[in-house]
Amino acid sequence: MPSQLAIFWRSFAENRGAVFGLGLMLLLILVAALADVMSLHGPIEQFRDNFLTPPVWEEGGTWRFPLGTDDVGRDMLSRLIHGARLSLMIGFTLVAVALTVGTSLGLTAAFVGGTVDVLIMRLIDVILVFPSLLLAIVVVAIIGPGLFNAMIAVAVVTLPGYVRLARASALVELNRDYVTATRAMGASMRRLMFDTVLPNCMAPLIVHATLGFSTAVLDAAALGFLGLGAQPPTPEWGTMLSSSLQYYQRAWWVLAFPGFAILVTVLAFNLFGDGLRDALDPKLKR
Amino acid sequence: MLRYVLRRVMLVVPTFLGVTLLSFTLIHLVPGDPIEARVGERGIAPERLAALRHEFGYDQPIWQQFLDYLWQVLHGDLGVSLVTHRGVWAEFLMLFPATIELALCAISFAVLIGVPLGMIAGLRRGTAFDFGLIGVSVTGASMPIFWWGLMMILIFSVGLGWTPVSGRISDLFFIEPWSGFMTIDCWWAEDDGACRSTWSHLILPTIVLGTIPLANFARMTRSAMLEVLGEDYIRTARAKGLGSLRINVVHALRNALIPVVTVIGLSIGGLLGGAILTETIFAWPGIGHWIIESIQGRDYPVLQGGTLLVAVIVISVNLGVDMLYSVLNPRIRR
Repeated sequence: MPSQLAIFWRSFAENRGAVFGLGLMLLLILVAALADVMSLHGPIEQFRDNFLTPPVWEEGGTWRFPLGTDDVGRDMLSRLIHGARLSLMIGFTLVAVALTVGTSLGLTAAFVGGTVDVLIMRLIDVILVFPSLLLAIVVVAIIGPGLFNAMIAVAVVTLPGYVRLARASALVELNRDYVTATRAMGASMRRLMFDTVLPNCMAPLIVHATLGFSTAVLDAAALGFLGLGAQPPTPEWGTMLSSSLQYYQRAWWVLAFPGFAILVTVLAFNLFGDGLRDALDPKLKR
Repeated sequence: MLRYVLRRVMLVVPTFLGVTLLSFTLIHLVPGDPIEARVGERGIAPERLAALRHEFGYDQPIWQQFLDYLWQVLHGDLGVSLVTHRGVWAEFLMLFPATIELALCAISFAVLIGVPLGMIAGLRRGTAFDFGLIGVSVTGASMPIFWWGLMMILIFSVGLGWTPVSGRISDLFFIEPWSGFMTIDCWWAEDDGACRSTWSHLILPTIVLGTIPLANFARMTRSAMLEVLGEDYIRTARAKGLGSLRINVVHALRNALIPVVTVIGLSIGGLLGGAILTETIFAWPGIGHWIIESIQGRDYPVLQGGTLLVAVIVISVNLGVDMLYSVLNPRIRR
């Protein structure tokens, strides 16, 4: 009798893309965890005699700086590695906040109903009208640029998905017999919400959170690129791109690598999320 | 049908009010008031500050300000830019065609390439082509387009010199703005050089803005095709001995396109978000560029008005998509 996990893994492993995504994801987490050990130099350490050194395989490159240096002589590879740590931290924090707040709001809307439900859902509808990047930009423009504020902005714009999903799944569960039974036994509202109904709504929320991770990383990087997110010299990938813009004709590597790192991270979580959805949702299975 | 349309239009009213309230509230969360924030450290004489506040209505109670704002918005008055002192609405009208032109090109690019590719992949499920397209489209959908745009400039403009780096048209040409759509204005002016310049300026921004929609449309068409191909009416059509082209295009694609049309419509919001990044990279003089500049210049009336107008565009497009959907799929009307 195979365990639940084994069944899940078998259907997940059928999707080669998803396994590839999982591999990339684990690699990124490893790099982020070992950033201090893996990087040759500090992320903001400047080498004054090595401005814009090309990567090692180009003429003039050196093994001291495998991916070259930027305009103030910082090692690209070390900055990228520390950037991985920062991006994953941004992604995990954002997803955790949006998942917690969004699920609570969605469950509240479903359980309380009436005016509260209408108010919450109308607000969500209004937020959804704005293109998410635009709304994030406006929020940051108002509360001021910076990594923390950018994260607040992205959390706000990614909230609607979680609220809607949590509310919709909770409404389905609320009509099931086991909920009626628990209620008849006199369970409190809080117990009913978090202990009885929530665990049964988790599958779609987890899938959404995984895919939301890539949106969070992408939006935070876009804000950094526009100068509204993390500020220099923080080794955030989007910020690195924007501060090296003026050197792109002379030094392609200062531009190419940070963006590629964003792409790989977003791709890893998208592949993994797609695979998770297919494996957890038997209705979509071929 | 008329009842459905009316009910759907009525639903827009509260959304519009909510959007107006939200954009109003956000701007009023600025510490101090917009005038003070804009003056910044330079300082200003108290009398001048009071006069400016009075001129822009910032000395009124907050609810009064909102009602006034709503009243003005309903009369097409979105206030005056603090930087250029021109009307926000007038500036929007001047810049909007540039964004529409770019967005239309990007959508057409994405549909014309994405839908056929998705259809072929759906028909040849499990082949190398299918797997290749899945891989490429997941990558495309994960693309940080601000970086993608820079890479395209690096390769095609700087490296190969095929396309211009930024703007809508070369400085060598002056075209009298007539419709605001550069492609139409050039054609109207019968200036071949200007036309060529306009189109070559459009290529890279179109590809960059169209990449994510292209990936999404291809994926969506593929899965819609797979679903439709399993339906009974396809089997019936096959059993009747119809040609495979007729089955695939007339029977399958036409039905597969119903969900795809919705996805295309719903991608407009994301497209406008992407336009902010694309226009910034290519110095494209549209509303995305305008909004980013308004943030840098602390031009709050423009930021507020621009945001509201973008939201109104999204609301209208969503409404249009719903209408179109109810025509394509009458079951939705109930």
